[in-house]
Amino acid sequence: MNPRVVALPLRLTLLVLLLALPAGAKEVVKLAFIGPLTGGNSAIGLGGRNSADLAVKLRNADPAARYQYELVVLDDECKPDTGVQVATKAAADRSIIAGVTHYCSVVAMATVDTFHRLALPTVVWGAVLPDITYSHSYKEIHRVNGTMVNQNETAARLMLKQGYRRWVVIHDTTDYGKGHNKYFTQFVTAGGGQILGTFGVTADQQDFTAELTQAKALNPEVIFFGGLTPIGVRIRAQMDKLGVNAQFQGTSGIVSDDFIKGLGPLAEGVVAFREGAPAEKLPGGKFFLEKYAEQKYSNPPEAYGPFAFAAASLLMDTIEKVGPDRKKVLAALGEVKGKDSIVGAITFDDHGQNTVAAITAYVVQDGKWLVWEDSEYAAGKRRLKGR
Amino acid sequence: MDLLAQYVMNGVMLGLMYALVALGFTLFFGVLNVIQFAHGDVLTAGAFAGLAGYAVAVHAGVEAALPQLLTVALAATLSMALLGAVLGRALVLPLKGAPALNVLLATLMGGTALRECIRLFYPGGSQPQRFPALLPSASWSLGRFTVRLDNLLMLATGVGLILGLSLVLQRTRLGLAIRAVAQDEETARTMGIDFRRVVLLTFAVGSALAAFAGVMNGLYYNEVNFGSGLLLGVIGFSAAVLGGLGNLSGALLGGFLFAGLQTLGAVAMPFASAYKDVFAFGMVILLLAWRPTGLIGERLGERV
Repeated sequence: MNPRVVALPLRLTLLVLLLALPAGAKEVVKLAFIGPLTGGNSAIGLGGRNSADLAVKLRNADPAARYQYELVVLDDECKPDTGVQVATKAAADRSIIAGVTHYCSVVAMATVDTFHRLALPTVVWGAVLPDITYSHSYKEIHRVNGTMVNQNETAARLMLKQGYRRWVVIHDTTDYGKGHNKYFTQFVTAGGGQILGTFGVTADQQDFTAELTQAKALNPEVIFFGGLTPIGVRIRAQMDKLGVNAQFQGTSGIVSDDFIKGLGPLAEGVVAFREGAPAEKLPGGKFFLEKYAEQKYSNPPEAYGPFAFAAASLLMDTIEKVGPDRKKVLAALGEVKGKDSIVGAITFDDHGQNTVAAITAYVVQDGKWLVWEDSEYAAGKRRLKGR
Repeated sequence: MDLLAQYVMNGVMLGLMYALVALGFTLFFGVLNVIQFAHGDVLTAGAFAGLAGYAVAVHAGVEAALPQLLTVALAATLSMALLGAVLGRALVLPLKGAPALNVLLATLMGGTALRECIRLFYPGGSQPQRFPALLPSASWSLGRFTVRLDNLLMLATGVGLILGLSLVLQRTRLGLAIRAVAQDEETARTMGIDFRRVVLLTFAVGSALAAFAGVMNGLYYNEVNFGSGLLLGVIGFSAAVLGGLGNLSGALLGGFLFAGLQTLGAVAMPFASAYKDVFAFGMVILLLAWRPTGLIGERLGERV
């Protein structure tokens, strides 16, 4: 049969369908969400995805919105190679106007060039490595959450205030661990503290007895650990085995329930710091949590959900203002100052980094991570090691 | 001095674990000339089986540490002995006529499957699990040297186990059969030795040793995770090769030597402990270049 004969009725049908659409139908605008949806960090990734999804649903329910939004969800598996693949996929798709991207720092770092090359405006929702925004001058990369620079500044200040002066640093040799070592050392020595020794360890190391025996001989008041939960658990447990009686201080990488589950009573009194604040303590936290609960997602928003929500909302606000055009969105994002959001006012510096970033201190009390200010340790009822 | 004692103590504990793993590799290689690369993951599975045994014991209302410990040890060793025999039957024996490389690949993949199963199916298996401290935790300090009773107990049990294994091999009919198969399979068969039975029993014994090392690893670090056995397997294998594959004393020597090299790497290179594995494995390469058949070659020692 002549293909034209087939094509004609098809075209007619399409025409009829188009005409049948309601007159007020909105143009569909696509946003990408990228995060770790499978693997060890999937809990945080799914929380971020749900939160971005919530922002889109709320916007679509708003009759005043000019566009209908669609969230394209992609899984980076917390792996740089997968991350680059999905980033390319999202950025090469011209119907996607902007992206809410990445929780894992290594992945966010790996995709920076891709987004720049393919000119996709992105807002990072969870990765904390400073270099993601500061190692280049690409206009495409922005970030709503704070970085480990802010985190370690707060950490150094709070621990110095407790009267600690002598630290031993153990950090994993990934960018994450090395970054923490660099910034913590910088801030704590500037504040009058002393680093007695620094040990780099591999991210899957099992035995730390050699490092800890050396650390013990240096007699520090605090062991600072820059790294993630699995080896954090091991180091804290082996400190006890070797009789290293120092305060244990960690970074955002250990603020997880698994850290407490892995250690039991040994977790008591461990101090750590994290960018952002618990959802209920954020300016728009109550609103966010209520709306989130209404959707009955099967996973909680986790620590970075509010940031994914804020990033998606910021992008949609910008698109509402300038239209679904990557270049215009990019220009408008460059001028974001004091923009209201559920995580507080957002102001991007010339590197696209949000400069007003909340940092929260945590301490383990009775098997739970408590915000420092709410704990019995801050109130003076319990004491950190050596205080 | 006290610091040196502490390093030696740490190194000895590590060395014992490595030696137990290396013994398994050497046993398997002895009887069948194969390399069973799932061995490290069998160790992990043993630790998790012990952990499951502990959960069952607690659930059943057993509260005293000793019966709990026995449950853990039995659950781990028996289930892994069985798993070892199954692996031998399913992955190794069918490939007996094939190039040794095929067995290596088959077991490597079997091990990966086992590891992923633990991660996926053990509750919370992708995160580190707390291993209960079931041994008395008394400790004595001398300056900066701390020695713990639980470490001494583990050390004594481990050494006892190794001595027991060597007695079984030297003094019992089973040991005789294993040695006969190791020496010459054909002749052993004609002498009426049930070849398959001996091979499967060897796999069971070697895997039970790995399970014991897994439990010991758990008790020592109070933590296990699905990846524990990966590096331990590689190190145990290196130790067995370093000592001379197929030689029991070689496996022991290799295990303790590797632990010594690692500790030396961490201590002798100040503030560069991230490179201790680079140092230890680098030294193994050098030593193998010097003695390609291992430190105690098959000529010198009696083959298993």
